[in-house]
Amino acid sequence: MLQEAVAGKLRAIVGAQWFKDDPESLITHSYDGTPMLQSLPDGVVYPEHTAHVSAILKVLQEHRVPVVSRGSGTNLCGGTVPVQGGVVMVMHRMNRILQVDLENLTATVQPGLNTKAFITHVESLGLFYPPDPSSMAISTIGGNIAECSGGLRGLKYGTTKDYVIGLEAVLASGEIIRTGGKLMKDVAGYDLTKLLVGSEGTLAVITEATLKLVPPPKTKKTMLAMYKDLYGAARTVSKIIENRIIPATLEFLDNPTIRVVDDFAKLGLPLDMDAILLIEQDGEAEMVDRDIERIAEICRSENAERVSIAADEAEALKLLTARRSAFTALARLRPTTILEDATVPRSKIADMVLAINEIAKRHGVTICTFGHAGDGNLHPTATTDARDADEIHRVEEAFAEIFEAAIALGGTITGEHGVGLVKAPFLEWKVGAAGIAVMQGIKQAFDPNNILNPGKMFAKSARKRVVLSRG
Amino acid sequence: MAKTLSDLIPTHGDRAGLATTLKNALDYDQLTNCMRCGFCLPACPTFRETGFEAESPRGRIALMKAVADGLMDPDEAFETQMNHCLGCRACEPACPADVKYGQLLEQARDSVEKHTTTHRWWVKAARKTAFEGMFPHQNRMRLLGGALQMYQRTGLRKLVRGAGLMKLFPQHMRDMEAILPDASYKGVVEQIGAFHPAKGERIATVGLFRGCIMDVLFTATNKNTVELLNEAGFDVVIPETQNCCGALHAHSGEQDGAKALAKRNIAAFKAAGVDWIASNAGGCGALLVEYDHLLHDDPQWKDDARWFAKRSVDVGKLLVEHGRLRTVARAAVAAGAGAMIGGSGATPASAQVSGGHGAPSGGCGGSCSGGVGFASDEKVRITYQDSCHLRNVMRSSEAPRKLMRSVANAEFVELAEADRCCGSAGIYNLTQPQMAGRILDHKMEHVKRTGAHYLLTSNPGCLLQMKNGIEKHGMGGRMEALHLVDFLHDRICAKD
Repeated sequence: MLQEAVAGKLRAIVGAQWFKDDPESLITHSYDGTPMLQSLPDGVVYPEHTAHVSAILKVLQEHRVPVVSRGSGTNLCGGTVPVQGGVVMVMHRMNRILQVDLENLTATVQPGLNTKAFITHVESLGLFYPPDPSSMAISTIGGNIAECSGGLRGLKYGTTKDYVIGLEAVLASGEIIRTGGKLMKDVAGYDLTKLLVGSEGTLAVITEATLKLVPPPKTKKTMLAMYKDLYGAARTVSKIIENRIIPATLEFLDNPTIRVVDDFAKLGLPLDMDAILLIEQDGEAEMVDRDIERIAEICRSENAERVSIAADEAEALKLLTARRSAFTALARLRPTTILEDATVPRSKIADMVLAINEIAKRHGVTICTFGHAGDGNLHPTATTDARDADEIHRVEEAFAEIFEAAIALGGTITGEHGVGLVKAPFLEWKVGAAGIAVMQGIKQAFDPNNILNPGKMFAKSARKRVVLSRG
Repeated sequence: MAKTLSDLIPTHGDRAGLATTLKNALDYDQLTNCMRCGFCLPACPTFRETGFEAESPRGRIALMKAVADGLMDPDEAFETQMNHCLGCRACEPACPADVKYGQLLEQARDSVEKHTTTHRWWVKAARKTAFEGMFPHQNRMRLLGGALQMYQRTGLRKLVRGAGLMKLFPQHMRDMEAILPDASYKGVVEQIGAFHPAKGERIATVGLFRGCIMDVLFTATNKNTVELLNEAGFDVVIPETQNCCGALHAHSGEQDGAKALAKRNIAAFKAAGVDWIASNAGGCGALLVEYDHLLHDDPQWKDDARWFAKRSVDVGKLLVEHGRLRTVARAAVAAGAGAMIGGSGATPASAQVSGGHGAPSGGCGGSCSGGVGFASDEKVRITYQDSCHLRNVMRSSEAPRKLMRSVANAEFVELAEADRCCGSAGIYNLTQPQMAGRILDHKMEHVKRTGAHYLLTSNPGCLLQMKNGIEKHGMGGRMEALHLVDFLHDRICAKD
């Protein structure tokens, strides 16, 4: 429970209806998109503008109350589960597009803005904002920035960090800082903009963002290639890049995923294939045609069993079905779906997939792998049941080994989901003890009393997922 | 052991009993299947209106699970939240994990109803009268229709309105009273009989599910449905012992009542030996196709329930997928612009749809009188509001559009957010007028932009709500809300 003094001050700031501490509100802000995590906050507050955020943080700082800022709570790393209680700050009311600057090709928006609504608006102006996390229909720009969301277009267009050029953020002290601006070049001091992108709400609360927009590609073409040999598919990926072609999308499904998807969507996929690559190129029509032709040649030279190029949009949609159904098909297989994002250099994809399959087999668990082959970002996905403690334990052991394997191949524990609570125990494996110490120093500088999303990013040592409940 | 919320809330009244009932009633597999990805949030009307997580499917499931897990007591706010849901089930097609939200909601509401202490005595009495005394008895529904007809046709309505008696009712009830169509004492069977042979070669025998409200307030639509089905090649029987589908019961937490009604309907249609059971109300049809779920734990009935559910279909889908229907006005036939839809069993002889009906031309069989006044072959613009249950539960959104696109001299324009609930949602607009009003206002902004002459729907509740919206937003005279069947009938059958 919050001290009545704190609750009263928060009510005075935002108005009684925008601070809630009834059971219903606490329960519905005790989770995010991550399986098996739940922890109750002590209150939920909905600020309307930056001054609210600043005033709220001053109160919480004074009383040393933890605060978790969040958008729609769709992240997959436990990033917005209030593990130490305190106040959840929901940014939904701050959801306006403040300006689209057509001279500078930038947009200035508030953090609670829905990503898809933003993309739709930008496209109606003939512009393009490429980051497209699969949660974009519900996630917010603020959440995307906090987690540095990726998506299917990452290979060619980069991820959220490549489009955030300026921020307004409120520090734990309540002070407001502005970083960057409508500037394509800016080396005035440390790059705080980039530091805050992906900081998972542990350094500051983002209250405004200036985003870079680009002209949209004119046309797009889609193709699909199937392989009996995983290494053939993997070599295809490397060879495409070697040939100086950067496709807009280069997605991958492994054999266990193909089986599940086919069973779900009845696509008649050949079940003896070890891999399917879904490839899209966009740009000027002439270049797109040339690239797709060249990619098809590469696929064939790497012994693809089947190469199909979509003649039109309807056919493209059909080819996309397998990839698009992957998550849904897996989610329906068993009650609990754990989606991870181990990432390796793209030349190591085949080794990584084989390692995942071997690890899953050894632990007796089902892990299907699909993902963004072009940027080496794989989604090994375990389908399991939260109620089966023994199986869950084996899944956790398997994932620990998968993270280890990724790092051994020169990769990372997370490509786009973030560290949050779930991967905090593994962070040191990736960045080392000295790396952790530097990061903790940064955290200390921003948030000396550790009130901003405490318990995330840095763990003591435990690496077991637990169902938490606290009062 | 950490403290949970239930330690903080005093348990009073029948809360503990309700908690136990909920724990037993809620399907824990379904609760576990929700992986909290949040993909349902943008599909949810109440979440969109409020922005509160608790007003979303993910939030409501979390609340149910918290009760099942003993993390929270089912307090009054819990009850309110369960009732705040429209039950439109737009979250189900959006769900990657295929969580049966509608079933969870019904399990929760059913439990709440068993223990509720919040209904006032008159709400209880009204519920008892409606759910036990009226809906299960079609003859009483017709009597009610007769009473309504008397009220509307004699000077009584004028008197009531003139004396300002309607002011005793809240605004949203007054709005509804104003747009209620003329009720009928005689239902479809009483008016035209129980069997109607197909035109041309018979494709199959269809049992018409007439619906209790449909048959009182929209008898003409039922008659038009029969004629359309005949035209498309179906024999139509209307089993007389059928009754209310039970949807209002099921959605209001009266599962037992719903089950009893379902059994009587199954028996009635089994005896009639039909190939299809056609419904022209999405709200009814959605329960008909789920009779197998409703009776899944009844060993005596589950097989027949499956038989019934498999055969239940919306009239639009039946026409498109199995019927032969030339949805063109005569003028267009002459011009050679006829379009054949469906046509799986079409024969040249039966493709002739015009002629022989003898229905008066230049109108729509009385069902759309007092509207915007277009002749049956005049060029008009039409748009369509999905019935949530037709779209999200019966999963039929393409068939009605296919039908509308194939009507000659009618330009179909898509209504923005047609897939979103209109706020009618059974009796929601009466029980939750504030939220329903907000949703309706947003809906009508989109409707206005279509510039359509006819706003078509496939469910009586939606139809009344759309009529209400058109009046409320001052569009009467320029736009008319019609049942899709009535519009099609007007354009296809009611021609000489």
